Amino acid sequence: MSLLEEPISELARGLRAREFSSVELTQVALSEIEAKDGAVGAFLRTTGSAALEQARAADRHLAADPGGASTLCGIPVAYKDVLCTKGVETTAGSRILEGFVPPYSATAVLRLEAAGAVGLGKLNCDEFAMGSSNENSAFQETRNPWDLGRVPGGSSGGSAAAVAARMACATLGSDTGGSIRLPASFCGVVGVKPSYGRVSRYGLIPFASSLDQIGPLTKTVEDAAQVLEVIAGRDSRDSTSAVAPVGDLTELLRGGVEGLRLGMPGEYLAMDLDPGVRSVFDHAARELEAAGARLIPVSLPSTEYALAAYYVLAPAEVSSNLARMDGVRFGPGFASASSLTEAYEQARHRGFGPEVRRRILLGTYVLSSGYYDAYYLRAQKVRTLVAQDFERVFSEVDAVISPTAPSAAFRLGERVADPLAMYATDILTIPANLAGISGISVPAGFAAGLPVGLQVLGPHLGEGVCLRVAAAVEEAAALWRKVPAPTPHERRLA
Amino acid sequence: MANLGRLARLGLTPEELEQLGEQIADIIAAVGKLAGADISHVNPTAQVGGLRNVTRPDELVAGLSADEALANAATKEAGLLRVPAIQ
Repeated sequence: MSLLEEPISELARGLRAREFSSVELTQVALSEIEAKDGAVGAFLRTTGSAALEQARAADRHLAADPGGASTLCGIPVAYKDVLCTKGVETTAGSRILEGFVPPYSATAVLRLEAAGAVGLGKLNCDEFAMGSSNENSAFQETRNPWDLGRVPGGSSGGSAAAVAARMACATLGSDTGGSIRLPASFCGVVGVKPSYGRVSRYGLIPFASSLDQIGPLTKTVEDAAQVLEVIAGRDSRDSTSAVAPVGDLTELLRGGVEGLRLGMPGEYLAMDLDPGVRSVFDHAARELEAAGARLIPVSLPSTEYALAAYYVLAPAEVSSNLARMDGVRFGPGFASASSLTEAYEQARHRGFGPEVRRRILLGTYVLSSGYYDAYYLRAQKVRTLVAQDFERVFSEVDAVISPTAPSAAFRLGERVADPLAMYATDILTIPANLAGISGISVPAGFAAGLPVGLQVLGPHLGEGVCLRVAAAVEEAAALWRKVPAPTPHERRLA
Repeated sequence: MANLGRLARLGLTPEELEQLGEQIADIIAAVGKLAGADISHVNPTAQVGGLRNVTRPDELVAGLSADEALANAATKEAGLLRVPAIQ
């Protein structure tokens, strides 16, 4: 059995007991990537020599101060390619950023590095994190380790697949409408979408700034709590980061669910859910009830408008945020343009794939004069209704549970030609981003051999209760040690 | 669509505009659902963090050097970005 199948707490213990070193652990991770990633395609690039250098530093730190070192000291992790890493190419899965080497690192990356975590490399994602299947990456296909003919989910598909295939102990992803929770569900790992402001967005290449959050993907709920504790908290370089203290999340998750009130949202459960997904969810809910939680029907009536509001607001922010991608300060540049406008058009035409083009056009449309009130302003008001729904529900219950997605992982290529079908994949995760609340997806079971996640939603800055409920689901499901076995397969380039 | 393509500076070909135009029309029709929401007496939400007027002391802090800021630019000259003329 590979060391990477152990939870972080066990690895932290082994490192301190000198059963193995961080260099050895890192070498195991690099050889797992070498053996498996040809089939999975999670990594866009690995940083092996820098990783071994960081591992040597972690070993020195652990030898000098084993008690003072962070739990994450010496632990191999990896980063979604929307997170800037100083000196390491960062593309956001887009041709327009090919060759971009950031002069600084994201705060979340810096905090993991300061804790002594070892960075293995950068993970594939949908272009600028726009997508639900990872098929919008300009560079390569990432496959679901549980079934190489299926998508890993998106947009943090590489982050989820790398953990599922046990190539990294933990990864960072970003979630704008479900981009951490959905791939976590599809790949059978834990994924946390922290509350808006809980984790600094400094150094995150923006998609929709009022919705984006960085969060961890891990094998276990405790691992997720440990990573979140390190990356969360106020950052003077992100003025939207929350001031409230993070607290001891690892301790909170041990609280159990005895006496907790869990909301069962009628609007979510009335959706067209795959019967296998529904059955896993119903079983998990009964287990939570058996563990002492009270299941209470709740109503989130604005859910029916949430998807539409999101597909106005997110593209609007995209059209504005991606205006900076003009080929001037970064990107491949322009060879033959006769005017600045032509240069912009050349760089953007060559640099952006179909989904990014669609969203920029859509955003430009809903923000244009004459349509602003009918679409953008109206969507912002619907956003208020969605947030008010959750506020009311969280005065009645401690957390809300639902399936993470209406189905398990779908086949590669199945939804590429139908943008609206792809968008509907995120119908159960999007409302949490609109409201800015906390969420987590935790593996709850399997349907037809594919992992199925359960979503727990908590109030703003309610990560503790989400982790508590997720830990109970994990304990009842008792399947996190189950590991997929991706067979060697020639990686097909996108 | 052609005007939208120009505003978005995407340099799209007529064929691309036509194909994207159909998809955009479908998406616009789908988000038209918003018209059914009762938003009378509701204020818009632009951000959800609950923070207001976050400021920092008005003091100089070190940023990127000119060389660092220009390191990724494809065309530069004498410490400046070089781009085609605005016409």
